Amino acid sequence: MKGSRFLAPLYLFASFVPIYWLVCMSFKTNEEILGKFTFFPTSPTLDNYSTIFTDSSWSQSYLNSITYVTINTVLSVLVALPAAYAFSRYRFLGDKHLFFWLLTNRMSPPAVFLLPFFQLYSSIGLFDTPWAVALAHTLFTVPLAVWILEGFMSGIPREIDETAYLDGYSFARFFVRIFLPLVRSGVGVTAFFCFMFSWVELLLARTLTSVDAKPIAVTMTRTVSAAGMDWGVLAAAGVLTLIPGAIVIGFVRNYIAKGFALGRV
Amino acid sequence: MDKPINHRAWFLVTPVVAIVAFSAVIPLMTVVNYSVQDILGPDQRIFVGTDWFQKVLHDPELHGALLRQIVFSLAILAIQLPLGVGLALVLPREGWRSSLSLVLVSLPLLIPWNVVGTIWQVFGRGDIGLGGVALNALGIDYNYTANALHAWLTVVVMDVWHWTPLVALLAYAGLRAVPDAFYQAAKIDGASRWAIFRYIELPKLSGVLTIAVLLRFMDSFTIYTEPFVLTGGGPGNSTTFLSQYLATIAVGRFDLGPAAAFSLVYFLVILLFSYIFYTAMNSKGEAGK
Amino acid sequence: MARIELRGISHTYAGGTPALKPLEMVWEDGGSYALLGPSGCGKTTLLNIISGLLRPTVGAVLIDGKDVTRAPPEERNIAQVFQFPVVYDTMTVFDNLAFPLRNRRVPEGEIRKRVEQIGELLEMSHQLGRRARGLSADELQKISLGRGLVRKDVAAILFDEPLTVIDPHAKWLLRRKLKQIHQATPVTLVYVTHDQVEALTLADRVVVMNEGSVVQQGSPEDLFERPAHTFVGHFIGSPGMNFLPCTVEEDAAVVGAHRVPLDANVCAKARVAKGPLVLGVRPEFLRRVEPESRGAIRTTVSHVEELGTHVIASASYSGGADEQDPKELKVKLPEGTKVRAGETLWLELPLSRTTLYADGQAVSGDAAVRAESHG
Repeated sequence: MKGSRFLAPLYLFASFVPIYWLVCMSFKTNEEILGKFTFFPTSPTLDNYSTIFTDSSWSQSYLNSITYVTINTVLSVLVALPAAYAFSRYRFLGDKHLFFWLLTNRMSPPAVFLLPFFQLYSSIGLFDTPWAVALAHTLFTVPLAVWILEGFMSGIPREIDETAYLDGYSFARFFVRIFLPLVRSGVGVTAFFCFMFSWVELLLARTLTSVDAKPIAVTMTRTVSAAGMDWGVLAAAGVLTLIPGAIVIGFVRNYIAKGFALGRV
Repeated sequence: MDKPINHRAWFLVTPVVAIVAFSAVIPLMTVVNYSVQDILGPDQRIFVGTDWFQKVLHDPELHGALLRQIVFSLAILAIQLPLGVGLALVLPREGWRSSLSLVLVSLPLLIPWNVVGTIWQVFGRGDIGLGGVALNALGIDYNYTANALHAWLTVVVMDVWHWTPLVALLAYAGLRAVPDAFYQAAKIDGASRWAIFRYIELPKLSGVLTIAVLLRFMDSFTIYTEPFVLTGGGPGNSTTFLSQYLATIAVGRFDLGPAAAFSLVYFLVILLFSYIFYTAMNSKGEAGK
Repeated sequence: MARIELRGISHTYAGGTPALKPLEMVWEDGGSYALLGPSGCGKTTLLNIISGLLRPTVGAVLIDGKDVTRAPPEERNIAQVFQFPVVYDTMTVFDNLAFPLRNRRVPEGEIRKRVEQIGELLEMSHQLGRRARGLSADELQKISLGRGLVRKDVAAILFDEPLTVIDPHAKWLLRRKLKQIHQATPVTLVYVTHDQVEALTLADRVVVMNEGSVVQQGSPEDLFERPAHTFVGHFIGSPGMNFLPCTVEEDAAVVGAHRVPLDANVCAKARVAKGPLVLGVRPEFLRRVEPESRGAIRTTVSHVEELGTHVIASASYSGGADEQDPKELKVKLPEGTKVRAGETLWLELPLSRTTLYADGQAVSGDAAVRAESHG
């Protein structure tokens, strides 16, 4: 397709513009942001960033967020792998209904769960810990993980499973050494989506934490001072939240890009 | 590919059920509880049956929000699906270009939603924002705070910018799962690029696309933060969608009863639409399977 | 029907790994060839160069005298069947078979005729109307094969280990079908496999490859009875050839304490050849003889396998003058032979079935016989 070489760079460029804008704002003072339009910060300032770095509550909340997001991602993927395999390979009592029930959880507007979650996690003493947020997020990430993984797993022919059993592999060995590498791209995508959802989710993270486990997203919303919203600091914080995500996707993209490796079976 | 019946597969599924049920069942019961009671004070609850439901369903504000919501979600699906798939088709497949593209593509997904709204809020301003200034320079009298149509377009563009990468990533991963032999055989068979897309790539993407359609539908139907930050629901209530409506009656007016009732209705509506989409896409897939 | 010529072909993949060492080859019109070798020997690379999926770093590919090195696959009148069945499962079997013809804008009437013809050939006529999804692996491979056969202009069909995912019974049927098809249609067949049984039963000529070069090519009998290289001796035959390290005297090879008579010319050549000398003899051809017979060696049976149709005994002999340096060989004995571990067995290496190898290459007293081997 002639010319299609340029479509991707074109889209990526256009898509990057608002991000450029964000980065710009993070280097501007509030007065400049609200005062006039400038394509490039006229007097770039690191004040916004230094505010964030010097305030220990920022680094702490950064760490908090990373903690519960990691817990959530690992937990979701680990729990979803066997379940997705079951859905893709077997029929069992109530399987279709179970699958759909899982999806329905993903569909629920998070707002609906605010009060109930608050009561639930307080009562079992997990309030204000990373575990509360991680577990609360699993309500949404686990169904998604099962869903995506099942789709990828169904694309692998059963012959592979059977050949492995004939060759004497135990289920665990087969799953880890043969099957998982084949669904690499699915695992990569799943891990990324779990990470992403958990990282940017605000409502539940805010409701279930107060001081100890306060996530980055909450600290960001506190950027309202007497003078009004602190746009510059907010922008800087926004830029900083991009970084772990970019790292995760850099890490995971190998899995996404490798794809189907059937060959030496 | 016929699946054998194996009820012991339940063991594989148990962890998932446990975790999700823990989070889902109890809260849901709480919501149902609230929806059928009127809480006048700490220990004064009256069972009011379906009163809240009726009140909410007859609320004209709800009807307006529902209509806007449907239009919004349909627009989103119509734009983001082809765009996402198209993007996945042209993204580089290997090498440093592929790494770079994947990272760049996913950036919008990683921004906290309130920041997304904030970016576009400033970006779209005619006086201080890059987007607004550019449009005005082109002669378009653009003002999203005053003009309802402009507000709509801005919200849609913001959402497309924000969420198309989700579709693109899913489709990209799905495409990677197509074995090379298919492309090689197609070359030998003399297939055109369009034929390759139609007979090889699209069928293989059907699973992934079902996920994408459902996700985008559900998320666009429950969208809250981004449009709220961007337009506050305005001008007037022209960009007030269902989630915001719910938030208003729950938090703004603190009507827990109607809020809970509407939550259930909201949830059921999503459930219904999703079920329809899901069955439709699966039966198309099944026939092909 | 096409004569495929490879001139000076060599290929190195990006990243520097040489996959094919320079070679010349001719595939005659209408012949059936097998490319046999272990994983990584370069056979798939060679196949892809012939079909045009890969452009060689050096060399030219000619089909019927025309240089097609730069031509893309669809212009080469070549079909290829892959290891993994490639079937468009949203289409019916009929549409699958018709696909290559429709892409080339052949009129519908002709398409119908052609597809029905091929459907009959493949014994799939009753399935032409159904969706391709859900068929068994061997039926899918038949469809893949059919897409290759359906084009009238197809000159050669290339197969890349197509029976790998097929179960054994269907494998046997498919192989038979392939042979039938080859008899019915005069296309050149090139079949890549690592399974010697497949190669030896399907092809008229076998090309054995190892580490990027062609080691020997010839008929299955040639390869079995006169391997020109120890690799061929080892790779072909189950179990492979025995190799007994030896030294050479005027008219015999010396293995341990035994003398095995050989042709004097062979011995003369071997004495001036470089590299280690081994005597090659297949387990099938070792004969049990009376003790102390001329040319026989003394062995002690170490292990016996009863395989129904025959018995394979592993025996050890000494490579040194007195019982030192024990080495193993295998001998195939007729069904029902009674041998026990620990027994002494005297085995003769028949002159006509024993080959001397110097540095892996067969030493022959006759210059003409060596013409076929490459190395």
